[in-house]
Amino acid sequence: MTGDKPGKIWKFGDDVDTDLIIPARYLNVSDGKELAAHCFADVRPEFSREATVGDILVAGKNFGCGSSREHAPLALKASGIKVIIAESFARIFYRNSFNIGFPLLESSEAARALTAADRVTVDIATGEIKRESDGAVFSTHPIPAFMRELVDAGGLVPYLRKKRGGT
Amino acid sequence: MPRGSAMGMTITEKILAAHAGLGRVSPGDIIEVTVDRALANDITAPLAIETFREIGAVEVFDKEKIILVADHFVPNKDIASAEQVKKMRGFARLQGIRHYYESGDAGIEHVILPERGLVGPGQVVVGADSHTCTYGALGAFSSGVGSTDLGAVLATGFIWLKVPPTIRVEYTGRLQPFVGGKDLILFTIGMIGVEGALYSALEFGGSAVRGMAMHHRFTIANMAVEAGAKNGIFEPDDITKTYVKETSGPEAGYFTSDADAVYSRVIAIPLDGLEPQVAFPHSPANVRPVSKVGTVPVDQVFIGSCTNGWYEDLREAASVLKGKKAAKGIRLIVIPGSPAIYLRALREGIIETFIDAGAVIGPPCCGPCLGGHLGILASGERAVSTTNRNFIGRMGHPESEVYLSNPAVAAASAVLGRIGDPRELKD
Repeated sequence: MTGDKPGKIWKFGDDVDTDLIIPARYLNVSDGKELAAHCFADVRPEFSREATVGDILVAGKNFGCGSSREHAPLALKASGIKVIIAESFARIFYRNSFNIGFPLLESSEAARALTAADRVTVDIATGEIKRESDGAVFSTHPIPAFMRELVDAGGLVPYLRKKRGGT
Repeated sequence: MPRGSAMGMTITEKILAAHAGLGRVSPGDIIEVTVDRALANDITAPLAIETFREIGAVEVFDKEKIILVADHFVPNKDIASAEQVKKMRGFARLQGIRHYYESGDAGIEHVILPERGLVGPGQVVVGADSHTCTYGALGAFSSGVGSTDLGAVLATGFIWLKVPPTIRVEYTGRLQPFVGGKDLILFTIGMIGVEGALYSALEFGGSAVRGMAMHHRFTIANMAVEAGAKNGIFEPDDITKTYVKETSGPEAGYFTSDADAVYSRVIAIPLDGLEPQVAFPHSPANVRPVSKVGTVPVDQVFIGSCTNGWYEDLREAASVLKGKKAAKGIRLIVIPGSPAIYLRALREGIIETFIDAGAVIGPPCCGPCLGGHLGILASGERAVSTTNRNFIGRMGHPESEVYLSNPAVAAASAVLGRIGDPRELKD
């Protein structure tokens, strides 16, 4: 995951709720790809067409607030988003993301400084965010050890399978 | 001496410690707790069932402790929704899950679980629905999770949790007429913001809570998540005990917070002058007293949901609507929270009052709250709704608007054709 080419940024503000990420009328399916087709349908209709693998989402405070729908991180992950960087995350969204092996980084500094015009490389393991244009490096809150285990395993399902298998 | 052994614990910490097999827990501890009840609905269960299978699990951890409710897109609104419910129903049959509720046997999950005595004080309840925090009204630790978490719980009966710090809200003073639980929680969210209780437990207490009826407590605990909280909770008292006895609910333990419990913040809210509150688009924290609303004409009024679909909510709305009619052009939609509430309202003439006022009565379900069906808004339309969220596009078109209020204000607004105070209707 390290040393990838710099990712394009999708910039959002504070309190982005899960109804914005995936409106409830699309919740009659559970498949990531189908959900991705409607991601941000009401506020950024271009997102589902233009988001590509390796893109990065940067947002303000309380990202993912509202409903517990796991369809929200599923839709973002299936849209190709590599990581979300935000000032803070709503708690259910936070758990859901790590449970599906989708990493989140908390950094007020990066969330405020980065714009849609920037391109950044993100090292999930170290949490280092580097801006391509000027080489600026932003620090993040380290991902707690337990959550790192989940991401490393690829999510809660493979983590539990590993545990149950006793390996 | 173990760290902090001299300090007291909050009710949330006590319940979590008891379910983790620990003498005490502190905020920030990551613990594994046993789950007393696990809940999912027609939107979240299909994904949870997939997780359950992917883990390699064959049987659920305890078929008596799992509750599945079809309440979001029911009666099935389209083929895809019907397939989702079919998947949940098939799983319930295969696993022998008795607490599977659908159609005339269902209703809104957060209303029927307390009403049928399926949840109770001292329990740990997790549900794949963010408003699972409702059962904190009974003195349970109750929290919303996602489908993967719930799938793992179905298999194991355990969940890992980080012990939250607790914010205590102290309500004092007397409630004014037409002011209830909805106004208290809207005012509180307006005060602390939509992330004011992020990752925290919100503990509601104070002299105004003593003697407060259960439906107000359910409404308050229900919206704790709207301030970002992990759980909302009330310390159980005689009113809780009476409710639990009446509903034959489980009694895992009547925990209370110690006098020297440690809180991250204590917020005092005097209620003496508190008016009914209205949350403007597009945030539950965008709150104003009803007297400061101005002239806001509406197209639709919705009374119902897990927040305000209780019998007492319908009774309050009907008392405002009695002998009056919804203004010309206003679509008034009323959805009782459960079949039992519907029947009681019917027998007591409350439904008749609604129909006389021009209301459409919907079947007990989530209805238009989340823009699924049964009352979707067009572009430019406005609704007053007794629900819990007024995000962009929540009830329909992204250019529609939702204003949140209590049932009395919603009912008065239907008559006035604009958002208004029930006291304006006094004749």
